[in-house]
Amino acid sequence: MKDVLLAIRGLTKTYPGVVANSDVSFDVKAGSVHALLGENGAGKSTLVKTIYGLVRPDAGSMTLAGQPYAPAEPRAARAAGVAMVFQHFSLFDALSVAENIALGMEGPPPMRDLAARITQVSRDYGLPLDPHRTVGDLSAGERQRVEIIRCLLQSPRLLIMDEPTSVLTPQEVEILFRTLRRLREEGLAILYISHKLEEIRALCEEATILRLGKVVATCDPRATSARQMAEMMVGGTLRIPTRAPSPGGETALEVQGLSASSPRLHGTSLKGVTFSVSKGEVLGIGGVAGNGQDELLLALSGEMRVAPGMVRLKGEPIGRCRPSDRRARGLLCAPEERNGHASAPDMSLIENAFLTGKVREGLARNGFVSWAGARDFAERIIKDFDVRTPGPQVAARALSGGNLQKFVIGREILQRPEVLVVNQPTWGVDAAAAAAIRQALLDLAANGAAVVVVSQDLDELMEISDRFAALNEGRLSAARPARGLTVEEIGLMLGGAHGMEVAHVH
Amino acid sequence: MDPILLLASLMVASTPILLASLGELVVERSGVLNLGVEGMMITGAITGFAAGVATNSALLGFVGAAAGGAALSLLFAVLVLWLRSNQVATGLALTLFGLGVAALVGQSYNGIRAPAMPDFRIPLLADIPVLGPILFRHDLVVYLGLALVAGVWWFLNRSRAGLTLRAVGENHDAAHALGYKVLRLRLLAILFGGACAGLGGAYLSLVRVPQWTEGVTAGAGWIALAIVVFASWRPLRLLLGAWLFGGISYLQLNLQAADVRLGFSLFGSRWELPADLQTLLFASAPYLVTILVLVLISSGKGRAALAAPGSLGQPFHASR
Repeated sequence: MKDVLLAIRGLTKTYPGVVANSDVSFDVKAGSVHALLGENGAGKSTLVKTIYGLVRPDAGSMTLAGQPYAPAEPRAARAAGVAMVFQHFSLFDALSVAENIALGMEGPPPMRDLAARITQVSRDYGLPLDPHRTVGDLSAGERQRVEIIRCLLQSPRLLIMDEPTSVLTPQEVEILFRTLRRLREEGLAILYISHKLEEIRALCEEATILRLGKVVATCDPRATSARQMAEMMVGGTLRIPTRAPSPGGETALEVQGLSASSPRLHGTSLKGVTFSVSKGEVLGIGGVAGNGQDELLLALSGEMRVAPGMVRLKGEPIGRCRPSDRRARGLLCAPEERNGHASAPDMSLIENAFLTGKVREGLARNGFVSWAGARDFAERIIKDFDVRTPGPQVAARALSGGNLQKFVIGREILQRPEVLVVNQPTWGVDAAAAAAIRQALLDLAANGAAVVVVSQDLDELMEISDRFAALNEGRLSAARPARGLTVEEIGLMLGGAHGMEVAHVH
Repeated sequence: MDPILLLASLMVASTPILLASLGELVVERSGVLNLGVEGMMITGAITGFAAGVATNSALLGFVGAAAGGAALSLLFAVLVLWLRSNQVATGLALTLFGLGVAALVGQSYNGIRAPAMPDFRIPLLADIPVLGPILFRHDLVVYLGLALVAGVWWFLNRSRAGLTLRAVGENHDAAHALGYKVLRLRLLAILFGGACAGLGGAYLSLVRVPQWTEGVTAGAGWIALAIVVFASWRPLRLLLGAWLFGGISYLQLNLQAADVRLGFSLFGSRWELPADLQTLLFASAPYLVTILVLVLISSGKGRAALAAPGSLGQPFHASR
């Protein structure tokens, strides 16, 4: 029996209108990896912030290695041996690796000594890292190494990891897991937060499941199926999307040799992207963020113009068409950022419905907005896609992530697209809403539309795509049938671990 | 014209803008955009003048100026940091407010002469030929400005607190997650910026003019703001920008005073610019040249490293 390192007893935290944590109790043992599971809004973030001293609980207590533990600020938590790797990396792009690490330490040594220690620790753990590089130039995997090494340099007893794998390729995940297993053997306790259930089954010995701020179950993930855990999280049965086999129709969208430099600073240029998608087919495009996904979406939606022949819709060149022309012809896009790009956050759902529905739903006459029509359209989206909102007059930003995402995707689907391109359709959306969105995309394809899904969630792509292609540094791999692809094959298509090898540990 | 005198005057002429822009640089590096530099400068100009007249000491006047500028910036800090008002609008309002207050307070100081500011000849160094008159025969505030440039450079690039300040300006959410006190740090930066702007303003009213006239800063605060941006938030480039501006301002005044006429001779007849056009050209030269030079410096390779602090101008909410 391993020793209990962190014991949590009856933690409660209330925000105005929300109970984030209610009477949460569990133990994390030394030398183990403990999973914390739950949907968005289940209270995982509040809980780990409490442990890290960023949030003070209203009630309850913690002990760390038998001593009472109530950190008033992260400094105190770090001094007690608690370190944390954040979900959205807490890094500073304009600063160097060493400076970033110094910022996360108590009393760091002078820069030159620190650089030497970074090199030392990074080599010891097989996480090569150059202390003098600017963090803004690093890949997602390397950035995470910065965070991990920052933690390791403080010789922590408890390491908290908040969704560490969401931006990594499978190979990078494998490197990370090897490091974590080694840390576990060294006696570290790891509190691991993720919603990737297969990963948790591979890594963790214990799991605590939160729902609506309460602990609803604990289980041994090695002996519990992913589906059982998912149902414990959701608190009901999970509907897995179903689909009819693709009929395989004529080509709807064809992209040929699409090359374009990115309009953004630090963007990725597209280099000879070529693919086609037929009616009734779902093409999944995977890849780690920042490999050209945004630029591909811009080129397809018409926000970025390219040479006419690079993009063809039903054989016609549309590379120079404006977004509204493309919409009129049947090519619709739902970009990634729902707050700001796919919707105008401060405008009502009616206005947002009008913004993309104007052309195909005939919502403008002689330059005047048909508000009755727009309201009708918004109400239709809300009803058909089960968007939970008091009404269509509510501002888009007032909706929860999942509900707004259902609205944004539903808005495009209801315009009867012939080709629909979506980017990250279920990012940050809870399991039930994600399943509903995926089902809607599959139904759309079953009705004869061509669907292109760009996503970083490989499980999602494997679940809904007929064919799969990967974007890596602006280049698209050849599309392959999704059925039967192994994780290793996908990882190699994604560019492996971005040229990074695990250093051998002697 | 005597080049030694020109360079010596350049050091003096650039001091107000140098001080004000150096303070603003620190403020912006912490992620706050304070457009109220002009207002803080003129507030410093009048509080400094008033304190100097009351104590009959220019040095105590500068202390009063720093206090006045800092007091006005405290108002800005409370509005922007705790009440989370819009930084741009608040900064503009601060300028209008400062100009108004200074004009009101200044009513009773019209026509009074400022107490004299003694030059401080640095022993030995002041006697070096050429360099001595240029560098070492100024008043204490000129030396203070140069010392502050070096100090700010050291603070930002070498000290732990400076690293924290840059981190807060670069990504305040991440800095908060690491446990740094974003608002407290920004408050201190804003107060420093206010004090510096106050000193810069008082240098105009106590040394350069030296008496109180309404609107004595005449847009120097705006130039200070522009220099910060074109110097890509770096203290040493900022020094260069301030010198350029100060030098050309002084030079063009002298050219105008000497009634130099621009023109050229062609086929024995001479063509000259119309006098009013030439005046305009001379008057705008410091602005044009400064901006042109700093734009040239900050274009080209490595532009990404010259980008603005990541959180510049964004309000910070601690509860997420």
